[in-house]
Amino acid sequence: MTGGRRAALLEVGLLVLLLWLIVYPLVLVLVEGFRGADGWTVDFVRQFLERGNEGQALWGSLWISLATVVLAGAIGIPLAFLFSRYDFPGRRIVGGLVALPAVLPPLVGVLAFLFLYGESGFVSLLIQRLFQLDTPPWRLQGPGAILLVHAYSMYVYFYLFTRAGLASLDASVFEAAASLGAGRWRTLRRVVLPLLMPALTGGALLTFMTALASFSAPYIFGGGFRVMTTQIVATRLNGDDQLAMIETVSLTLIALVALWLLRGTAAFESAAGGRKGVAPALVPVKRPAVRLIVGVLGWGLALLLLLPHLTLLLVSFVPAGTWTTEPLPPAYTWRNYLTLIEDPVRARPLLNSLWLASAATMAAVGIAVAAGVLSVRRRARFGRTIEGLLALPWAVPGTVFAIALATAFSVHAPLAGRFILVGTLWLLPLAYLVRNLPITSRSVLAGFRALDLSLDEAAATLGAGRWRTLRRVTLPLLRPAIVAGASLAFVTAFGDFVTSIMLYTYDTRPISLEILSSLRQSDVGVAAAYGVVLMAISAAVFTLGADRGGTG
Amino acid sequence: MTFLRLEGLTKRFDGTVAVDGLSLAIERGEMLALLGPSGSGKTTTLRLLAGFETPDAGRVWVEDEDVTAVEPVARRFGMVFQHYALFPHLDVGANVAFGLESLRIRGGELDQRVARALALVDLAGFERRRIAQLSGGQQQRVALARALAPEPRVLLLDEPLSNLDPSLRERTRGEIRELIRRVGITTVLVTHEQDEAFDLGDRVAVLQGGRLEQVGSPEDLYATPANPFVAEFVGRSSRIAVTVLGPTERGVRVSLEGVEWELTDGASPQGAVPPQGEALMVVRPEALRLMAPAPGAVAGTVAERRFTGAASLFTVATDGGARLEVTGPPRSVRPGDRVGIMPSRRSGGGIHLFPSGDR
Repeated sequence: MTGGRRAALLEVGLLVLLLWLIVYPLVLVLVEGFRGADGWTVDFVRQFLERGNEGQALWGSLWISLATVVLAGAIGIPLAFLFSRYDFPGRRIVGGLVALPAVLPPLVGVLAFLFLYGESGFVSLLIQRLFQLDTPPWRLQGPGAILLVHAYSMYVYFYLFTRAGLASLDASVFEAAASLGAGRWRTLRRVVLPLLMPALTGGALLTFMTALASFSAPYIFGGGFRVMTTQIVATRLNGDDQLAMIETVSLTLIALVALWLLRGTAAFESAAGGRKGVAPALVPVKRPAVRLIVGVLGWGLALLLLLPHLTLLLVSFVPAGTWTTEPLPPAYTWRNYLTLIEDPVRARPLLNSLWLASAATMAAVGIAVAAGVLSVRRRARFGRTIEGLLALPWAVPGTVFAIALATAFSVHAPLAGRFILVGTLWLLPLAYLVRNLPITSRSVLAGFRALDLSLDEAAATLGAGRWRTLRRVTLPLLRPAIVAGASLAFVTAFGDFVTSIMLYTYDTRPISLEILSSLRQSDVGVAAAYGVVLMAISAAVFTLGADRGGTG
Repeated sequence: MTFLRLEGLTKRFDGTVAVDGLSLAIERGEMLALLGPSGSGKTTTLRLLAGFETPDAGRVWVEDEDVTAVEPVARRFGMVFQHYALFPHLDVGANVAFGLESLRIRGGELDQRVARALALVDLAGFERRRIAQLSGGQQQRVALARALAPEPRVLLLDEPLSNLDPSLRERTRGEIRELIRRVGITTVLVTHEQDEAFDLGDRVAVLQGGRLEQVGSPEDLYATPANPFVAEFVGRSSRIAVTVLGPTERGVRVSLEGVEWELTDGASPQGAVPPQGEALMVVRPEALRLMAPAPGAVAGTVAERRFTGAASLFTVATDGGARLEVTGPPRSVRPGDRVGIMPSRRSGGGIHLFPSGDR
């Protein structure tokens, strides 16, 4: 049958493509790390082990990530309970605002924190003035600063996972516990928490991996504090390529061990896949005093969460060099935004980021759909392998992939599948694509799984060929899943900093790099304006995805 | 004249045999019901007919065309799926038009044929309705209209009524039967409900473990089951071991649990029942009657009573360890009562003897 042969061809093609894009560069890193001028060597491993700061960086990455999980959980889980279980004025609005840090690309978040809590930041100045201190009350540097940014941007994972987990609980579970005489605490401890475990481990794993891969916060706020991601970039800049490879391998190993430790738990299945039931009714907060307290707390919290976004907005309207020690800027201007539009050199990064992220997202969607057709629909022999490959980049920090791709595609050896892409337009979109694959394919494959297989069969009995079935039946039904996955992928690529900083060229410089260089030139207003644009576009795309994705 | 022929169809999944050498011949315009418990291979058979599965052995013929290897797309068999598989993103009209578009029918003719198909199932004017707005019964009719619109050679129905409210089923059954008769299309349907198979099928094929146990009209299956399985699966019955003592003038004499019965007009020894020796008796509840314990009656204790309206169905645990179901007047005995059982005077074909090795 020709259909079968075509599918087999597609399957092999996809498998080879994924192996070449994802596994091959990682293997090359491993190989290069063990190869010296004359053959195999463990010199670089020895160097790695002997240098004290390597161990510091490894340990730093590890404990920062674990501390982030604890902090993010401590903030995210109670918040999720508050907004899922209790009804009070403004619950819906504040509940939505709580997810806001998610639309803040990492570098923009760091930027906002700098404007807020940095040495000459808004809040720091306010406190200095209030208590008439000679110096700023704190320095936003070192592990404390990193953890602050991490906790702010990553509690959202715990919050969203816990809310999804709570929403999937059936109200009858609570009623059953109550009818069996269990009080509120016993119900929580014996029923609710165990049922939430998959969601909580899922949130913890996601937080750990994100914190481990985090680059922007340690890069900007780290000071002398070392973590692995920044260490790799520094080593690479020093020209110690092979040592960087060994560092890369060690970071990857930590990530894979974390994944392996949690593989038995249900963490991989997001809690959103839970059984459907009647969602538990909200408990209204009735006593006026408590209502007031909860309301004020809720809105205060929202303000606190919004502060970075607002600060960024404020700073973006400040003319260069006018705001020094006043608590509020003395003058405002559109100048910074006009610069972005009028100056072709400065407008370029915006256009770059748009096309790079769009191209990478579209390619990722194409690959995800092909994988869905093969793995879910046709139950291809290597379906599981393909799905595993697609998920792999999720476990590998962005820095690692940047190094891996830069290594693989810096040599011209067509027979070995290696081409010179370093310094060309193509390396950055390729890197974005690889990093987008887990996000899009997760959503698209879940969409495929939710489709009733008999719809395809119905189309076949009605004489529709595979192509017409895909176009008329499968893709329209998958649209919510595709839009959701694509929007998330686009936002990630659009705000990317960690891979961009290692792979960009002048012609492909993305917004994040332009923000960094504006900041270095003390062009704070323009940096903030870029940040606002990045944030606004991300938020718009994100909302689109949530809207369209939600109706499926 | 045979229109659709299944010839030695065999399908294995991971070593287990789902369909085992199944052969069936279906007349043009006939409705054949495939009846069997779950795992009997009836759904696999339907999927082999539709072309979703390829048989490991055997062929499917439509008249003198071998369609075994023809893809579902080209087979021109219409199918109504168990959960209808209507396209939720298309409206009713677009769903019905889907198969017609495959035939390159466009424009006015397309609209006409969609309207005609919808009128056929009593849904004229429903073209622009959304699928989600329809009731379960309406969805089923849309699925029928969609399957019939391209005028397929054969219509396949997968458990057509299982997704409907019990209260709707009987009426819908009548509607489907009447509609298919009117269209005159050769139809194969799958069901695990005997009522449905008997009501819809001109003939019923009873399957078990992937094998054909018996095929025939509902009356044939009931009156002359080929084996204990069919006897038990079609209508209620219970089984008990007997010893055949030999023929009598009017029937046959058997001994069971220490008593002797002469089975007359009703009892029909099947196939290779030995003239003497061990045999299996399968008996319908209405072919037995309850009485006070008496010589010549099988003795037992009433274990269970189920009220079914005009009569009650009693389960009696016999002293010999068998369980027999017997119909009787609603309040005649109560659970725990000691009773005797005799063949009813008009056992009316409700007692069958099989070789004791039979299933």
